[in-house]
Amino acid sequence: MEVIKAIPLNHYILLSAILFAIGVMGVLVRRNAIIIFMCIELMLNAVNLLMVAFSAHHGDGKGQVFVFFIMAVAAAEVAVGLSILIMIHRNTETTDVGFLNKLKF
Amino acid sequence: MKELVWLVPVLPLIGFLIISLGKNYFSKSFAGILASVAVFAAFVISLGIFFEMNGSHGKAFTLVLFDWISTGDFKVNIAFLVDPLSSIMLLIITGIGFLIHLYSMGYMHDDEGYAKFFSYLNLFVFFMLLLVLGDNYLLMFAGWEGVGLASYLLIGFWFKNQSYNDAAKKAFIVNRIGDLGFVLGIILIYITFGSINYATVFGEAVNLTSNMPVITAITLLLFVGAMGKSAQIPLYTWLPDAMAGPTPVSALIHAATMVTAGVYMIARSNILYTLAPETLGVVAIVGAATAVFAATIGIFQNDIKKVLAYSTVSQLGYMFLALGVGAFTGGVFHLMTHAFFKALLFLGAGSVIHAMGGEQDIRKMGGLKKYIPVTYMTFLIGTIAISGIPPFSGFFSKDEILAHAFQVSPLLWGLGVLGSLMTTFYMFRLFFLTFFGAFRGTEDQKHHLHESPKTMTIPLIVLAVLAALGGFIGVPHVLGGNHWLEHFLAPVFKASEVFAHGHKLSHATEYILMAVTVILTIVFILFARNKFVSKSYVPSLDDSKLTFIPRLLTNKYYVDEFYNTIIVKPLNGLAGFTYKILELKVINLLVDSIGKLVVYISSVVRKVQSGNTGFYILAMVVSIVVILLINLFNK
Repeated sequence: MEVIKAIPLNHYILLSAILFAIGVMGVLVRRNAIIIFMCIELMLNAVNLLMVAFSAHHGDGKGQVFVFFIMAVAAAEVAVGLSILIMIHRNTETTDVGFLNKLKF
Repeated sequence: MKELVWLVPVLPLIGFLIISLGKNYFSKSFAGILASVAVFAAFVISLGIFFEMNGSHGKAFTLVLFDWISTGDFKVNIAFLVDPLSSIMLLIITGIGFLIHLYSMGYMHDDEGYAKFFSYLNLFVFFMLLLVLGDNYLLMFAGWEGVGLASYLLIGFWFKNQSYNDAAKKAFIVNRIGDLGFVLGIILIYITFGSINYATVFGEAVNLTSNMPVITAITLLLFVGAMGKSAQIPLYTWLPDAMAGPTPVSALIHAATMVTAGVYMIARSNILYTLAPETLGVVAIVGAATAVFAATIGIFQNDIKKVLAYSTVSQLGYMFLALGVGAFTGGVFHLMTHAFFKALLFLGAGSVIHAMGGEQDIRKMGGLKKYIPVTYMTFLIGTIAISGIPPFSGFFSKDEILAHAFQVSPLLWGLGVLGSLMTTFYMFRLFFLTFFGAFRGTEDQKHHLHESPKTMTIPLIVLAVLAALGGFIGVPHVLGGNHWLEHFLAPVFKASEVFAHGHKLSHATEYILMAVTVILTIVFILFARNKFVSKSYVPSLDDSKLTFIPRLLTNKYYVDEFYNTIIVKPLNGLAGFTYKILELKVINLLVDSIGKLVVYISSVVRKVQSGNTGFYILAMVVSIVVILLINLFNK
């Protein structure tokens, strides 16, 4: 607790903003589905970091409880997402999201 | 017994439900018996209620069954009001209703819609009982509409004939006009009194002063409703056409009960009408005018049922004349005696038609006296009763009305007597043409002539006894009676008594009036006898040779044609215009254009949906950023 508080809050905010922006850019730019997946995780964890920092600075444990929830949900989501990815790979022999363009008007 | 009053309307309702839902599962004679038993049981209970009411000197009793509508201040119960007026109406409806059910078992015997007919009859009785039992205007209105529906179904009972269907529709539509007035009247009552309960409304009305404009408006609107239902000028045209229905229906609905609903309504609201003398004047004038007008048409009609129909319109006019001159008891008294003798006459006419194998034109009858003696005797009693020869029932009720009319205005009395004399003339014309002289039908018909079965003649005999003796419940003081009916109904009309005209006619005047009417009536009977029996005059079958006045009257003053020209045709024209211009050109164009617009826009916008995931995500991120920015700058 004291260790976290030793660093000013601004730094945390900045770091998580940068991490989040990297995640967003990754999702936008990369075409490999696995990388996009990792970028989504990056965004989630940027938010987690922010929450833990605020939680410590306000001396309120609720934020940390939420972080655990997010981690548990993220783990479940990864399990489902990766299995979908495997199915995509089996059917299309690729993980490039550009090939998944059949669903349109 | 009073607590059982809810059974009175419910029994016919149960009969209706069982017959209409189960008519394919039991024999048709069972349907007739079930319907008659339901009404008879209701009659027995009504009888019990009546005697209890008579014993307790007219103490009113309200049975609240359950809440019907309850929103804010507006509360309506399903509740039944038992007082002298409704107990008398109960007896008339269930008593005559039962006799007519019995009669129908014979009359409708060979009809394919036998079970359906009885289910409709029971439905009618249910609604009619609801109408007279309700303790508020809305429940009365529910019954009012219900009897209209039953009347529509029964007029158009032989629906394969298009002109019968038209008659049914006409009855329904003309009644709508009246019903609109009735509804507006009820709304105005609610606005004025804050309630539509009889007890509350009449209780507050007693404290009002006479001649308030709002009361005049309420009573006039209610009277418009009565005009429609009770076939008064100018809304009477549906009733003669309603004769398209089977004859027992004409007897029950279009003579004895439903058409008197308007009279009942005004008698029930007597205090409101007493507070509005202008409306009473209108009621009296409309009543007297209808009585005379319809009677003149009756003189030249040749269809046995049409004559009786115009006679009904005319007699209803008398009831309204009675109400209009403040003789509420007289109106109800005439309602009752009229129910007896008019039901008798209609059923007698039905028996004649039955014997003639469906023929209704009196010019093709004649000499039926010896073939159908029971019908002949009972029809004679009915004819004498309606003409007002003492001591038959029609005399007492008509005399009471005429005496009160004289009190208010000798002119109204004169119109009343004139109508009464014409009634005598056309009724005896009908009677002589039907039963006297030589038979004018075909050989086939002559061979077929027979007296009706017992189920038809017994109701005739019972009604004949009632028509003959029914008047004794209202023998006036001047003739040494004590007018039982007036005392019985007094609690209902008590509030209006305060406003009644003080001066009474002297006994001498009353004797003279009675003598004048009776002597003139007898003169007219002899005149009719001379013309139709001694000289054996029979109206020509060929209508084209008539002179002006008979032609005018045969064609009923061309009122139907007049209404067609000034109302029906312009409305049809308007409907054609709105269809061709508004419907086809405007509305269709509007709807089609909106559809085309949507198709066009979507054909452009759907190009965005390309299937490229990266583009979707970019769009999402850009949108989120834009929303965040907007939020940021709005703070």
